[in-house]
Amino acid sequence: MSVRNLDFFYRNYQALKNISLDIMENKVTAIIGPSGCGKSTLLRTFNRIYELYPGLKAMGEIMLDGENILSRKQDLNLLRVKVGMVFQMPTPFPMTIFNNIAFGIKLYESLDRQVMVERVEWALHKAALWDEVKDKLHQSGTSLSGGQQQRLCIARAIAVKPELILLDEPCSGLDPISTSRIEDLISELQSEYTIVIVTHNMQQAARVSEYTAYMYLGELIEFGHTKAIFTKPEKKATEDYITGKFG
Amino acid sequence: MIGISPYSRRRFINFIGLAFSLGAMIFGLFWLGWIIFTLLRYGFGGLSLDLFTKMTPPPGSAGGLLNAIFGSLVMSLVATLIGTPIGILAATYLSEYGRRGWLAKVTRFINDILLSAPSIVIGLFIYSIYVVSVGHFSGWAGAIALSLIVIPVVVRTTEDMLRLVPDQLREAAAALGSPRWKIIVFIVYRAAKAGMLTGVLLAMARISGETAPLLFTALNSQFWSPNLNAPMANLPVVIFQFAMSPYQDWHDLAWAGALLITLGVLGFTILARFLLRKKRYE
Repeated sequence: MSVRNLDFFYRNYQALKNISLDIMENKVTAIIGPSGCGKSTLLRTFNRIYELYPGLKAMGEIMLDGENILSRKQDLNLLRVKVGMVFQMPTPFPMTIFNNIAFGIKLYESLDRQVMVERVEWALHKAALWDEVKDKLHQSGTSLSGGQQQRLCIARAIAVKPELILLDEPCSGLDPISTSRIEDLISELQSEYTIVIVTHNMQQAARVSEYTAYMYLGELIEFGHTKAIFTKPEKKATEDYITGKFG
Repeated sequence: MIGISPYSRRRFINFIGLAFSLGAMIFGLFWLGWIIFTLLRYGFGGLSLDLFTKMTPPPGSAGGLLNAIFGSLVMSLVATLIGTPIGILAATYLSEYGRRGWLAKVTRFINDILLSAPSIVIGLFIYSIYVVSVGHFSGWAGAIALSLIVIPVVVRTTEDMLRLVPDQLREAAAALGSPRWKIIVFIVYRAAKAGMLTGVLLAMARISGETAPLLFTALNSQFWSPNLNAPMANLPVVIFQFAMSPYQDWHDLAWAGALLITLGVLGFTILARFLLRKKRYE
């Protein structure tokens, strides 16, 4: 996925200014920056989820599989099948664990019962949740703990086999143990999926990502290999933020 | 208040405030208790098998309230069946599509007016547009009048309940590529279903005691009246007529009918509370 000259507006307020960057395939890209810098906004343009609300507008180009997903012709639902998303707060649907996973699959595929069962199991395995829930697939998804709920949401996103997975501060509501499980999971998933993670936790960005983008006030300040960003950033602003002098 | 520390002063004010609010609560509950006590005192004796098996009698002979109970149930049910889908659809528009748009604002405003419209006005309205044009009172007219009371209650409660569903849940479903209507039907409704059901139950409780809208629409019938296209017996109007009459046996039946309605409303309300409570701990 490559982003070119992306501007984003909340009515008259410009939240993103001329962003250009390339998201590498099968790698984890982290977006960091202080609160309100536009990192979540940027992520939310990748699946155009912002379109749920009136008055929001993105301009520029986001190329995915050779097509500009910002174009009017782009079918939003099909785009979101390709680009999955996991949110800050765990959002299990008010249904059983099994149906939480099956819901997304059923939208675009009609599978036999047996195939569906296998697919759900596969997704739960991928999200490292299977062992904990295999005996209670028919209990409510809301009965799980916060960390389990978040992994359920990841399983749900994986189940529809997206190309890209967007994670919007997926650990900010979780305890350290659940956080480290999710970070492990992210590392495992990157061999098969392209992952973009927004995080306010710099250590997390350093731990899980290969590329890092630093944003400030709606602008992309620096983008490059995570190692380079964290050890010898090119820009003073990035260094100040990384070293905690600011932000 | 020299010499009194701010803390004891605050405690004193707290005590006064608490005493007043407790007093107000006792005042309110006292009358409610009295009403229920009177109902039980006069109505309980009238509860018998005859009440549920015999028709409303002429003065001086034995009878029950079967036709009125049946009529009330049928009209309330029809009113609920008409009013609930309309109310839920309107609330869905308000919560999911209209939101802060001008059409939603206007609809909400009109709905609030309808919510507080005197029920006799609704009765007269249906009388003038339906009863007059078909030329006779009927169960349908009664049910339609009641449904006009159901709609605003359902709209209001359903919208409130749908808006309690966090936007993140809608986003999460949309992020899977779910079309809007599937998000609403399979995710939002499901998340809000206990609250929505509660709204419908409260609307049923509300209409089960309404007299004014039925006086000009369903009127009443002394006999077994299962035909919705004819005047139909119903509890509130029977109570109204029997209580105004000079006959003691009619008075007894009116008390029994009033007790029945109250128990019904109590049942609906308890069921509604129960559903909401279960939801909270889910």
